[in-house]
Amino acid sequence: MSFLAVTYLVEDPPGNPWFSWRYVRDNAGQIEEALREHVGLTVSAVVIAAAIALPLAVLAHRVRWLSGPILALSGVLYTIPSLALFAFLAPFMGVSASTVRVGLVLYALLVIVRNALTGLRQVSSDALDAAHGMGYGSLGRLLRIELPLALPSIVTGLRLATVSTVALTTVGVVAGHGGLGQLILGGFRNNYYKAEIFTGAVLCVALALVLDLLLAGAGRLATPWSRRR
Amino acid sequence: MSAIHDAYIWLNDPLNWTNPGGILDQLRTHLRLSALAVGAACLVAWPVGIGLGHRGRGGGLVVVVSNISLAVPTLALLTILPLTFLGFGDAAVVLAIAVFAVPPLLANAYTGVREVDPEVRDAARGMGLSGWQVLTRVELPLAVPYLAAGFRTAAVQSVATVTLAALIGAGGLGAFVTEGFGRQDMGEVLAGGLLTALLCLLVEAVLAAAQRLATPRALRTRRRWALRPHVRSLSLMDVPETGQAAD
Repeated sequence: MSFLAVTYLVEDPPGNPWFSWRYVRDNAGQIEEALREHVGLTVSAVVIAAAIALPLAVLAHRVRWLSGPILALSGVLYTIPSLALFAFLAPFMGVSASTVRVGLVLYALLVIVRNALTGLRQVSSDALDAAHGMGYGSLGRLLRIELPLALPSIVTGLRLATVSTVALTTVGVVAGHGGLGQLILGGFRNNYYKAEIFTGAVLCVALALVLDLLLAGAGRLATPWSRRR
Repeated sequence: MSAIHDAYIWLNDPLNWTNPGGILDQLRTHLRLSALAVGAACLVAWPVGIGLGHRGRGGGLVVVVSNISLAVPTLALLTILPLTFLGFGDAAVVLAIAVFAVPPLLANAYTGVREVDPEVRDAARGMGLSGWQVLTRVELPLAVPYLAAGFRTAAVQSVATVTLAALIGAGGLGAFVTEGFGRQDMGEVLAGGLLTALLCLLVEAVLAAAQRLATPRALRTRRRWALRPHVRSLSLMDVPETGQAAD
């Protein structure tokens, strides 16, 4: 590290530029590792969250009295800062990547549940009546009518959860596993090395954008009927 | 659990409360930074949101602003802004937090004015009120519940976000969490997390009551946890929850 710092001082134009190809070239390995960790944490957190959230949303939709407590609980969790959540988890789970992942899952969970529930509630009663008249049972109606009609809302939830998880992952830096956050805060602590901070921040925003576009595209493919409107 | 015990002991030490840089000191810093950030955000977001809502334009802008803010990590602004002309100190931190408080304020101000029943607006027009009078006597009073909801969201979120200021050494209650992690003192980490979470829940409760007071009785039908049509937020960044952000 000190070797890199020295070459930087000797060979780059003087000053502390916001962006430097030289920094990117010399630290490609470190940047790639941070990006890899960031993508891994984000994707695994959103996938786990979705796997828990969708059944939970269906449950809250089916069992009326459960939706109150589930939404209230998610409201309380929303209010707790991420740093505090990591602080609650770390003493018991250790300072590790899985601590960060659990925190991210919890926040993503809330966003997905809320949006999925909104989508399920918006299914028109006419569609439900028609399904009933066509002889759909409770399960068939859920799988073939309600979930497909709620899909746009579910995709919105997944997109919001993904984009906010990308940003939130940087806070994992307190537990030493912040993905690109390691570059951002690392640069700040490394004598305010602007190039490192900026590279981390730009990659973070770009990653959010790319994942959002991918999900939006997948959502369009999955709901061909909504394209006509 | 020893961490819980350690946290209990840490919280019970009066010096941890009254020392310079202790809990009371950091609480003051935390509240000062939050208040300045929310105030600054209100100064910008309310006039713009109300203006756009009054003219019925710029809804797309509101959505774009909140979408972009969602993708920018708070940590990035917190580390970048002090290195600009703002320099180290409160100004950079306050601005970084304020940027994320703008979207909920903006969206709610816009929606609040926009949602005023067109017939009410027409009636006011028909009574001979000028555009400015319609705004101040009809639209703004009717938008107060929305403004209050946006304020609550922005304020709670700011109090939560200021926690991250500790990562760059700017103080606030998050300092105990980062300090604890640095020293591998899980008791302090837990105590710091507890204090921060309590402050946020307390601010949320107080502002929820204030929002209720600001909402005329006739409009208080929604349950507290009901899915609200306006923008609600994540603690770190705002998330329009009903899909306003999609496309």
